[in-house]
Amino acid sequence: MTSETPTTSKPNTATRDVAATAAMDAFARTHRLSPLEALPWLAAVAAYFVFPDYLALGSQILATIIFALSVDLLIGYAGIVTLGHAALFGTGAYTAGLLAANGWGDPVSGLLIAALVSALVGCVSGALILRTHGLTLLMQTLVVAALLYEVANKAGYYTGGGDGLQGMEVWPVFGLYRFDMLGKVAYLYCLTVLCVCWLVMRIVVNSAFGRSLMGIRENVARMHAIGTPVERRKLMAYTLSAALAGISGALIAQTTGFVGLGVLSLERSGSILIMLIIGGVGQLYGAFIGVPLYMIAQDRFATIAPVFWYFWIGLFMVFLVLFARGGALGILHRFVRRKEGGA
Amino acid sequence: MSEYVPALISIAFHGLTLAMVLYLISVGLSVTMGLMGFVNLAHGAFAMAGGYVASTLLAHFGLPFAIAILLAVVVVTLVSVVLERLLYRRFYGGVELDQVLLTMGLIFISVGAATYIWGPLPQPMQIPRALQGGIDVLGRILPVYRLFLIICGAIIVTLLWLALERTRFGAQLRAAVDNLRMAETVGINTSRLFASAFALGSGLAALGGALGAEVFALTPGYALEHLVYFLIVVAVGGLGSIRGPFFAALMVGITDTALKYYVPELGAFFIYLLTMAILLRYPRGLMGT
Amino acid sequence: MTGTPTTPAAIETRQLRKSFGAFVVTDDVDFRLEHGARHALIGPNGAGKTTFVNLVSGALAPTSGTIALNGADVTSLSQAQRVKRGLVRTFQINQLFRKLTVLENVGLAVTERNGLAGNAWRPAGRNRAVLDEAYTLLERVGLAADASRAIADLSYGRQRMTEIAVALGLKPKVLLLDEPAAGVPTGDVGLIIDLIEQLPADIAVLLIEHDMAIVFRVAKRITVLTEGRVLIEGTPAAIAQNPKVREVYLGERKPQ
Repeated sequence: MTSETPTTSKPNTATRDVAATAAMDAFARTHRLSPLEALPWLAAVAAYFVFPDYLALGSQILATIIFALSVDLLIGYAGIVTLGHAALFGTGAYTAGLLAANGWGDPVSGLLIAALVSALVGCVSGALILRTHGLTLLMQTLVVAALLYEVANKAGYYTGGGDGLQGMEVWPVFGLYRFDMLGKVAYLYCLTVLCVCWLVMRIVVNSAFGRSLMGIRENVARMHAIGTPVERRKLMAYTLSAALAGISGALIAQTTGFVGLGVLSLERSGSILIMLIIGGVGQLYGAFIGVPLYMIAQDRFATIAPVFWYFWIGLFMVFLVLFARGGALGILHRFVRRKEGGA
Repeated sequence: MSEYVPALISIAFHGLTLAMVLYLISVGLSVTMGLMGFVNLAHGAFAMAGGYVASTLLAHFGLPFAIAILLAVVVVTLVSVVLERLLYRRFYGGVELDQVLLTMGLIFISVGAATYIWGPLPQPMQIPRALQGGIDVLGRILPVYRLFLIICGAIIVTLLWLALERTRFGAQLRAAVDNLRMAETVGINTSRLFASAFALGSGLAALGGALGAEVFALTPGYALEHLVYFLIVVAVGGLGSIRGPFFAALMVGITDTALKYYVPELGAFFIYLLTMAILLRYPRGLMGT
Repeated sequence: MTGTPTTPAAIETRQLRKSFGAFVVTDDVDFRLEHGARHALIGPNGAGKTTFVNLVSGALAPTSGTIALNGADVTSLSQAQRVKRGLVRTFQINQLFRKLTVLENVGLAVTERNGLAGNAWRPAGRNRAVLDEAYTLLERVGLAADASRAIADLSYGRQRMTEIAVALGLKPKVLLLDEPAAGVPTGDVGLIIDLIEQLPADIAVLLIEHDMAIVFRVAKRITVLTEGRVLIEGTPAAIAQNPKVREVYLGERKPQ
């Protein structure tokens, strides 16, 4: 098998440069933009013109993609499986909602404050729970979400409890663009915020920090052994992910003008997982495929027969786990590879 | 002073009822998680199925209470074995995310199926006349059915613990939880053991769901709504432990009832906080291996 | 154990103990690893060699006892903090990232040592200096030709060499090599021995090894561990002739 001879002699400098450059270039290429990455944005802009009647749904989809991105950072990159990310989504939603209901309706600053509050909640809860692993960690994420759900439920005086938060007044974006009935401004607002969040995510996952997260996901023992402060990295990822989730929740609160307990529910945490899985985990673009697919299907079917919606989505998930791990992107990759292999 | 006694009796009584139901439903989950390393979020669906099947047998076929419950347990156990062999088995010791997704999917299927068959409203459970009404205990009228539930639960728990202590199956199960590889090398057929343990757990869940339909109302969202409590019992009790979840269930049951009695505005908040604290101190649960 | 040392050792453990329940895996071990040492830790299966490495490197917390690195107590430090101070270990079973290339594997370690790995903004590929350093290291250990190959595509011997290269990327002062030649086909063992012999002289090396051929080639000093306890320590010649060692350890050796 091994025909290589031990090379103990000094290597040739000329070949070194060629080989080294090639090896390094292969490494450096990964963060460059590919033309394919324009696709989701072209589609989003096209949707604005082609489906003017569905802009409300469109805004929801765009905002939810941010939530899916934040979950992807945890599950797909850092390998932290969470069943309670609605905790941070809901924190953002309630923060933005409470601000708008209590006399501060500026959307952009509301968004930033929501991101900060969620990041803070994420940082504190993360510092506590990320020390645990496996099922215990899963439980802890679940319990944090349940805890916040109870808080929102019982603090009815502020949050409206089970009836939801009433009386939000969201001001125009930058004082200029009023949220209109057709949802045009909301759509473009969400699209812009998504674009910024995507950019941040893209930079982060391609950074040395992003690499070390993947290292932690693949092999914690090794990362410990090369001196990675694993807990701190995970906490950083958790905090960042919390901020993104908060922004997503805040966007939905601001564009729908309503916040209900559902934003903190287990169902919310579960469904975002499903959306992400449908698209593909740990590939950055899974969120852009899974969320629209799920939400459009839900919009079509759930209104006709909500009973069947749950049934079919459940069945679909089982099939996905059994036969299509890696989601839509995984299938796409396999298809492309087979084509290349055949040619 | 004397006015506190009835309240305490009431709390102990209702707390114990809740604990029994919680334990019956959750103990199987502890085994699946501890033994097979499988995060079965859909475990509550077996409890729900037990409840629905029993209530249907009672309402539409007029079967006697005991027969209906037993039949429901048998049906659910059989279904669970089929699921175990077809689905669950493939994911033992596998990726956590896959397990979460698979069982989330099963929960959703259970929600859809239950809504389709039984509708969105809570399904009533017909309790036999002999178990209706209440009896006076130290000045408190306590429902007879709940007393029956506690007694039933106590008998089943005793039988279960005895069985696990005395039978060959119990010995194998304990050995496998303790050290799976060792169990395999001494010739225990783990695949069959897993299936039996899974069936036992699901059967107990179905029994808990059917008997406890009055504690956890039968609605399509059952498996999702009560999931946190089931998981708390297992995680706090200790994965793979048979007795741990019993004490965890007692803790949750009594605390929950006491809180609802004295400080209803706190709700489940305190339980969640307690759970977090316990898990931070004992990540493997109170009696985890 | 031998004389009264005046300078602090590279590694010194005192009364180091680890027990799982009633089962004592490391039993009050006093051990010194001198600066620049080539020291081997041997013992039959289950003697607690890997546990010892895990304790010293910080992967496991001891039940009692202390570990000092250059005279400074590091018992309560995390593994990462110990690595920062130059205490590095390799693994018995490959713990490399199989889908990544050799260069990337070493690059991860170099990035971490440089303190660049916490940077979430700069694209990893832009850290040219890191890649350059990693590549130079690969040249030194004779892996340059494999730089762009995924770990999964390498022969097992070369994977084991990469394991050591990753550790070298951390610029260790103390290197714990946990069975570096385990599972390597006989023909490739020479590669590993060459690599160990070429390690910079100022690195203190603790070699945990089963293969006596390697131990007696590399080690200047040997400690024998049985049932979690130090049985004896001495020069290779003394160890080879010690009747107790022959009985408990060498006698058990499978014929090769």
